[in-house]
Amino acid sequence: MNVMTKPGSFATLHNWLINEDFTSTRQARLHTFYVAWLNLLANPLAFCGFLVVLGLIAVAALAPMIATHDSYAQDLAFALQPISAQHWFGTDEFGRDVFSRLVYGSRTTLYISILVTVVVAPIGFVIGATAGYLGGWVDIVLMRITDIFLSFPSLVLALAFSASLGPGIENAVIAIALTVWPPIARLARAETLTFRNADFVVAAELQGAGMGRILLRHIVPLCAPSIIVRLTLNMSSIILTAAGLGFLGLGAQPPMAEWGAMAASGRQYLLDAWWLTTIPGIAILTVSLAFNLLGDGLRDILDPRNG
Amino acid sequence: MSMINVERLAVSYGKGQQQVRIVNDVSFAVEKGEAFGLVGESGCGKSTILGALAGRNQQWTGRIEIDGEQIGQKRSHGQLAKQQMVFQDPFGSIHPRHTIGRTLLEPLEIHDKDRRQKRVEKALTDVGLPLNFRYRYPHQLSGGQRQRVAIARALILEPRILLLDEPTSALDVSIQAEILNLLKDLREREGLTYILVSHDLAVVAHLCDRVAVMQEGGFVEVATKQQLLDGTVTHPYTRVLMDGSRGYVTSSRNA
Amino acid sequence: MASSSNLILSVRNMSVEFPTLSGSVMAVRNVSFDVGREKIGIIGESGSGKSTTGRAIMGLQPPKANVLADRMMFEDVDLLEATEKEMLGIRGKRISMILQDPKYSLNPVITIGDQIAETVILHERKSRRQARERALAMLERVRIRDPQRVYNLYPHEVSGGMGQRIMISMMLIASPSLIIADEPTSALDVTVRQQVLSILDELVVERNIGLIFISHDLNLVRSFCDRVLIMYAGRIVETIAAKDLHNATHPYTRGLLDALPSLDHPRDRLEVLRRDPAWLENN
Repeated sequence: MNVMTKPGSFATLHNWLINEDFTSTRQARLHTFYVAWLNLLANPLAFCGFLVVLGLIAVAALAPMIATHDSYAQDLAFALQPISAQHWFGTDEFGRDVFSRLVYGSRTTLYISILVTVVVAPIGFVIGATAGYLGGWVDIVLMRITDIFLSFPSLVLALAFSASLGPGIENAVIAIALTVWPPIARLARAETLTFRNADFVVAAELQGAGMGRILLRHIVPLCAPSIIVRLTLNMSSIILTAAGLGFLGLGAQPPMAEWGAMAASGRQYLLDAWWLTTIPGIAILTVSLAFNLLGDGLRDILDPRNG
Repeated sequence: MSMINVERLAVSYGKGQQQVRIVNDVSFAVEKGEAFGLVGESGCGKSTILGALAGRNQQWTGRIEIDGEQIGQKRSHGQLAKQQMVFQDPFGSIHPRHTIGRTLLEPLEIHDKDRRQKRVEKALTDVGLPLNFRYRYPHQLSGGQRQRVAIARALILEPRILLLDEPTSALDVSIQAEILNLLKDLREREGLTYILVSHDLAVVAHLCDRVAVMQEGGFVEVATKQQLLDGTVTHPYTRVLMDGSRGYVTSSRNA
Repeated sequence: MASSSNLILSVRNMSVEFPTLSGSVMAVRNVSFDVGREKIGIIGESGSGKSTTGRAIMGLQPPKANVLADRMMFEDVDLLEATEKEMLGIRGKRISMILQDPKYSLNPVITIGDQIAETVILHERKSRRQARERALAMLERVRIRDPQRVYNLYPHEVSGGMGQRIMISMMLIASPSLIIADEPTSALDVTVRQQVLSILDELVVERNIGLIFISHDLNLVRSFCDRVLIMYAGRIVETIAAKDLHNATHPYTRGLLDALPSLDHPRDRLEVLRRDPAWLENN
């Protein structure tokens, strides 16, 4: 039945999406996304953040096509070359092209931040929502565990885990994930508590819905916006922690390209070859700023009070 | 045989020292197809009785029999489907992020019913809403329409009993009339049994055959509709509530 | 001369406009009414503009809203011309307002007694000691049984009915000539409601002042007020003496009356209000 109303031009598509007399569930859902998209367009800073994040994803996906050189190819004759037409961002101490390493490094950055997010979101939600929904001693036990994790500075904690697990990118992901889940759990618990006794949750309980169903079907759609915002804002701290671990030699191992490690290895040549630390530094800064702007914008766009 | 039989029901909140008894030794029976009202002021325990019957409050003692079956603290799906509740606030009782169709499908999925789309359509038709409302979100609906959705959700499991908790007190007069008419029609058509909680005696007298007047967790009087209309109630508190539904009574007339 | 001194508020062709993204919305449209030393009820359903009307008189409309009128005279003050500073001298002193939930009108971190005493000091320039005496007397005046105890309570510690009585007692001190009560008893139980209303009734009669009573409750307004304005979609569709309400002629008023379940006139089915677009045309 949707084929019938399939719009022919942009204007009709717009009208179809903006019209609130929905004729299908799909239209209702697309409408929600479309309105969110219009709100994003209306928020220039958030939209900039969105474009940068989109750019990062594109660069990571198309790395082999964008990179001008092999990111591992060493050429000691051309070590520490400054910025030139040949090497856009210069070369490092082994003569590797910094631009190409930066491009490939975006893959590592995205890999770490996405993996951490994917691991952390469900864990944080399940722990927090369970504590909030069940209350009593379950709440006390789960929240005290969360508090213990929260009471350490995250970089120190990540450092400790990373050091004990051994260097490597997978271990860095685990170490970072261990530091990121507690705030998510706290947030999920707080959100769950506000909806715990709402009439619509009680109605579902009185119809026989079990805890799993209530959490997944009823609580998740309400918590999702604030958790997504939180995770987006967290992205920058994940990237910075990953860079920090890389900088300390506990994250990605050479010769793998990783922005933090690149900045670290360049620091001995800071005076002679400023681009070695500056370029990855700017990349880290830009991407974390973009995620922050996007997160701030999403907070306004996804806030249920606006809908 | 009665549809609902309650004997010496007592409900309390809290634990140990802080335990507060809200309802004290209440007994009543409601026949099949009857509408029974619970009236009283806030805190008198009327909603608490409803909560215990619905299965919401599990801290009760005494004996509850629904459709000839004795109810324990934990209920089976079959027992839960026998009675369904309609809440006071139409803005808080429907999930804000679910479409109306999703809201109505939810109970069908929980109870693993067949012909789900047909049942959703029937429920919407029963409460007088157009079928394309199933694709809407609650924020696109007015208070009266939401309350219709809440009634549709309660009806979709084909319960024998509707527990109505102040279903019209958040609505405008003209919308209240529509909902009261709808409830009256549904009861006649489906042979439903109602328990209606309200603070307004006029509303209760309109819909119910018998009314229990509550004060401080107990019944002070169980009056029939005719008694209310004739003004032959016995307890002074019932008279106070009757005056209340007529509006303001000057103290000189009161004395 | 005697008749003009009875007139407290006179409003002619008042409209309240709210600018929105898609043009402006008229929440109140061309309403005209006079308030004398009487109890006037404004009845209407949600969105009828009854609260907006009350707020516009007080000059409490949201900043973006626009109030237009041919005349808005409160005693000797032209409310249309009054500056914000002049309004401060009127609000709470010469026109008082009671809202549905007194908790929002009281300061949550100051005891009730001190808040009343503060009002006394502000209005009557008395010493702290005298102010306390006066505040206690005021609490007693609104039939609060144990004024000494209530004096030291914080707003969250009192019930809704007691809160409304405290609001009324604060009003007594300022001795306003007009009270605007917006759903003052909607959150109260029946017995408490009767009590609060009888205090309000006494106050209006005893001080010979005007009251605008805004409510959705037909029976309440009918039995409490002298005159009733019925509002629909921002317009006053009918003005009628409260005791004649059952003879109302406008189809909307009739529709509301017939939609109401009643102990005295039971009916099997309630009439459903049919909204006629023609109601929006006149005025």
